[in-house]
Amino acid sequence: MSLKHEISFRLNGKPATLSVAAHNSTLELLREKLRLTGTKHGCGEGECGACTILVDGISVNACLMFAVDCDGREVTTIEGLRAEKGLSELQKAFVEEGAVQCGFCTPGMIAQATHLRNTCPGMNREEIRRGIEGNLCRCTGYKKIVDAISSSLEKRDS
Amino acid sequence: MERKIERYCVPGTVEEAVEAIAGKDATLFAGGTDLMVQTRSGKRPFTPLLVNISRIAGLGGISTDGDRVRLGALATISGIRTSALLKEKAGVLTEAADSFAGDQVRNKATVGGNICNASPAGDMIVPLLLLDAEVELASTAGRRMLPLCNFFTGPGKTRRERNELLTAIYFPIPPVGFAAGFRKFGTRPAMDISIVSVGVAATRDDAGWKNVRAAFGAVAPTPIRGTRTEAAIEKGGTAGEIARIAESEVSPISDVRASAWYRKELIRTLTERLHHDVFET
Repeated sequence: MSLKHEISFRLNGKPATLSVAAHNSTLELLREKLRLTGTKHGCGEGECGACTILVDGISVNACLMFAVDCDGREVTTIEGLRAEKGLSELQKAFVEEGAVQCGFCTPGMIAQATHLRNTCPGMNREEIRRGIEGNLCRCTGYKKIVDAISSSLEKRDS
Repeated sequence: MERKIERYCVPGTVEEAVEAIAGKDATLFAGGTDLMVQTRSGKRPFTPLLVNISRIAGLGGISTDGDRVRLGALATISGIRTSALLKEKAGVLTEAADSFAGDQVRNKATVGGNICNASPAGDMIVPLLLLDAEVELASTAGRRMLPLCNFFTGPGKTRRERNELLTAIYFPIPPVGFAAGFRKFGTRPAMDISIVSVGVAATRDDAGWKNVRAAFGAVAPTPIRGTRTEAAIEKGGTAGEIARIAESEVSPISDVRASAWYRKELIRTLTERLHHDVFET
């Protein structure tokens, strides 16, 4: 058994205290221990972005982050990214623009696009494309994803 | 393959960190983006002591310090990419940070980690070599400075002793007339590990280009300075001549990303283009 370490953090707005193995990734913590399986395990080495989450409001790959490093931080997963009533404007835009096909990349895309909306709300299409270069989608060809993020920029969540 | 971690610690100060690692076989991480992949693949086993240095006070930040720029070891690649100070004083770092991995990795990965990981392809290293960067290392014995060009000894290997913590990177504020460029070649604008990277820099005065620097990534066991290329640029050779000298002074290997022949071709082509963009326009 590897060393366990107790951590306390906020997960999707609620406090959590638990013990994790020091070598575990945040992705293992989320999916295997907490059963929050909305965050996907794609490549496991930071190439595909399917495991993107927000940590202290900043997008990171959960597969590359040590779970012990969540201690004291604010972690938001796709499960915590919905609006108070139903879908967020970004999520609605994904539906309206047809930016979801198989859906595997979608949680990571939504997390990354949320980060982009928060940090550079005036971005153009090229900046959106650069902003999601760490997220792979094997279905859509990206056009509809860029369309969705772009159209969502004009709308604010109430 | 996986060795047992016996202790995990999160120092809050440099003093606590160097005390914790003194005499120990410690594995340090800040962003963890390289370490996680290396431990998971079995390429690098854990050691008994795992130290999270990401909460050390004062170890981040990008600032001027007299006539130098200081990059705290914990400055993230995103922090470098969006720094107004660096964009103004050392835009070549901004360029390199912009082609570094993707946003999620840039948000977590640190410049200190990129240097200590000592990949021959480390994207922040080539531009820092152009800027005559030095690294600051701390231990219980005090602090010392080491020129970055002498820091690397092989793939993944540096002159950082096991009891030392890399605390900051310093480089002189480039003078008026300084020009520099960086090109990384991969199959995508970012995300890819560099097949090769090239950087050149110099300062213009009335007589021509002085203090010329050239550096190459992913064409030797460590990122390297190209001293013969530098001399050729200073002498005012043509872009073609300089590019052939650059090609002749690198010694790449063939691997899964490219053959040695292709890497040499890229070094010649990118050096020629960079020479044109930086020194002829």
